[in-house]
Amino acid sequence: MSRYFTEDHEWIRIDGQTGTVGISDYAQGQLGDIVFVDVPEQGKGLSKGDEAAVVESVKAASDVYSPVSGAVIEGNAALADEPALVNSDPEGEGWFFKLTLSDPSELDSLMDETAYEAFVAKL
Amino acid sequence: MALNQSGWRPTTPESGSNAPATFTGNKALMLEEALIFEIGSTDTTGVDFSASPAKTGAQSGDVATGPRPSPGNKLGDLFRAKPIGLPGLSEPETVRHYTRLSRQNYAIDLGLFPLGSCTMKHNPRLNEKMARLPGFADVHPLQPVDTVQGALGVIHQLAEWLVTLTGMHSVAMSPKAGAHGELCGILAIKAALEKRGEGHRKVVLVPESAHGTNPATAAFAGFAVEDIPATPDGRVDTEALVARLGPDVAGVMITNPNTCGLFERDLKAISEAVHAAGGYVYCDGANFNAIVGRVRPGDLGIDAMHINLHKTFSTPHGGGGPGSGPVVFSERLTPFAPLPFVERSDSGFHLVEEETAGEHHADSFGRMTAFHGQMGMFTRALTYILSHGADGLRQVAEDAVLNANYVLRSLEDVLDAPFAKSGPCMHEAIFSDEGFPEGFTTIDVAKALIDEGFHPMTMYFPLVVHGAMLVEPTETESRAALDQFIGALRSVAERAKAGDATLKTAPHFAPRSRLDETLAARKPKLVWREPVVASEAAE
Repeated sequence: MSRYFTEDHEWIRIDGQTGTVGISDYAQGQLGDIVFVDVPEQGKGLSKGDEAAVVESVKAASDVYSPVSGAVIEGNAALADEPALVNSDPEGEGWFFKLTLSDPSELDSLMDETAYEAFVAKL
Repeated sequence: MALNQSGWRPTTPESGSNAPATFTGNKALMLEEALIFEIGSTDTTGVDFSASPAKTGAQSGDVATGPRPSPGNKLGDLFRAKPIGLPGLSEPETVRHYTRLSRQNYAIDLGLFPLGSCTMKHNPRLNEKMARLPGFADVHPLQPVDTVQGALGVIHQLAEWLVTLTGMHSVAMSPKAGAHGELCGILAIKAALEKRGEGHRKVVLVPESAHGTNPATAAFAGFAVEDIPATPDGRVDTEALVARLGPDVAGVMITNPNTCGLFERDLKAISEAVHAAGGYVYCDGANFNAIVGRVRPGDLGIDAMHINLHKTFSTPHGGGGPGSGPVVFSERLTPFAPLPFVERSDSGFHLVEEETAGEHHADSFGRMTAFHGQMGMFTRALTYILSHGADGLRQVAEDAVLNANYVLRSLEDVLDAPFAKSGPCMHEAIFSDEGFPEGFTTIDVAKALIDEGFHPMTMYFPLVVHGAMLVEPTETESRAALDQFIGALRSVAERAKAGDATLKTAPHFAPRSRLDETLAARKPKLVWREPVVASEAAE
């Protein structure tokens, strides 16, 4: 399993053809207390860069973009009742959605963990 | 001599303050007030209706509930099936409830109101006196025009002042507030583009230094919004803007002075470039109070700009009254301006409407409102203009800018002022939370300002400044009032920088202390429900 990051602070964890998407620990820290998350429905087709989900904190509402193209397998239903999971475990239980990748080569344009850490350090 | 034998003696305060809790929860003049639903019982009513059974067909006594279908019941199936539970309060109970609540409010009549970009300035009482004259206050928009010549004269005279002060060609008086005015301007641009056969221009450029409503307006009108970055000194990046111009660009929306409190010095050059590329320039005129009498936006190549009468021209707002956002137009956008408007001829004032517009106004994009706009605000704004005169209006802008610079320079040693080196600010001073210790931010300063008896400034906007504090003192504050505010903000800022933990729980003296905003957003209680009485719940 490997993990990639975007410059918009989404992460995607790859397991075969399936990717799990969420927002980074840095992103949740910037947003502050998350109060609402809108995840995509099963079956929704997404292109790389599409608005896939919405995350709302006390401070602001932000779009979450899909790091790759694919079809949504599942949105994280737990976030409806417990949006705070994004704060407490952003890169684990606080995942947003899973999708089947239609073009794994798109992963090549993303950052690995080391590159993302370096990217965040410069912000 | 006559002795007072009542036993009264002046009280002498005991040393120390061991304030006991009160039975009511009130603290002298600071009154606890329950929700109106908790005060009023549905069993009582403050109004004594007669039963009037003859007309409704109701049975004796029972007028509140139904259903009672009868020949007299014109509502048929829509008749109320059960009581809706409104609290029944008498007039004195109702008056007291809202008066008590109003004492927990902050108002421009109580003190300095430093909200940036909101221009919370004094509303002169002369404005109110004029607006209450029966000839202005008691007219109806559908009255025959020959019975409201005075009111139409006010609209016409105000329109002439606005056109003159802005150096523009015409003005639409009907938009009801700033964002409504923005929409009016953008719809005129859209109509002009469609008339030219260039409806394919779908992109509106919005600099980061513009008001937040600008991109919302463009999106609402069906345009795609593209951001233009700000330069480090807080102005629009002219090079980036000009580079983005092209055949798909409908125009730009630019705020001047901008939300960083700075004058957009390149605006004339920007306008020329936008026009050369076939686009239009919309200017957000919310901050016109900083330049009125000094700069005419028409000279900068603006095609449309709204004017907030409730900011620049001192009409009340923020709960005190409706806004009003007339839009001035350049000559090339004038044919597309909305109806109605007032014209003057030898026989008096006329309303130009659809029936009377004729060929001259065939390209008008339509209406923004059913009638002419906010008549009460027109009367107040014209009163303000006439009582100040041209020289007085010029001084309004000068004093607004002077006061903001006084605030900026008085505090830049204790608060980070990101654009202080960009030269003088316009009507608002901006600070950041740079230099605060870990865990302290702008909200702590704002909450502590409440304890100091001030409404907080605008926070966390504009977005380009971290932890922004946007302070607009306005020209109606005295030096003494400014000094008191500056002293309060300085004291709070110093406490923040020293890591004073009591700031994190401020406000301490407000009717309610620091609220849990996260819980309020996650589990909002939006509806009051009657508490279930224990004995009923057990049944």
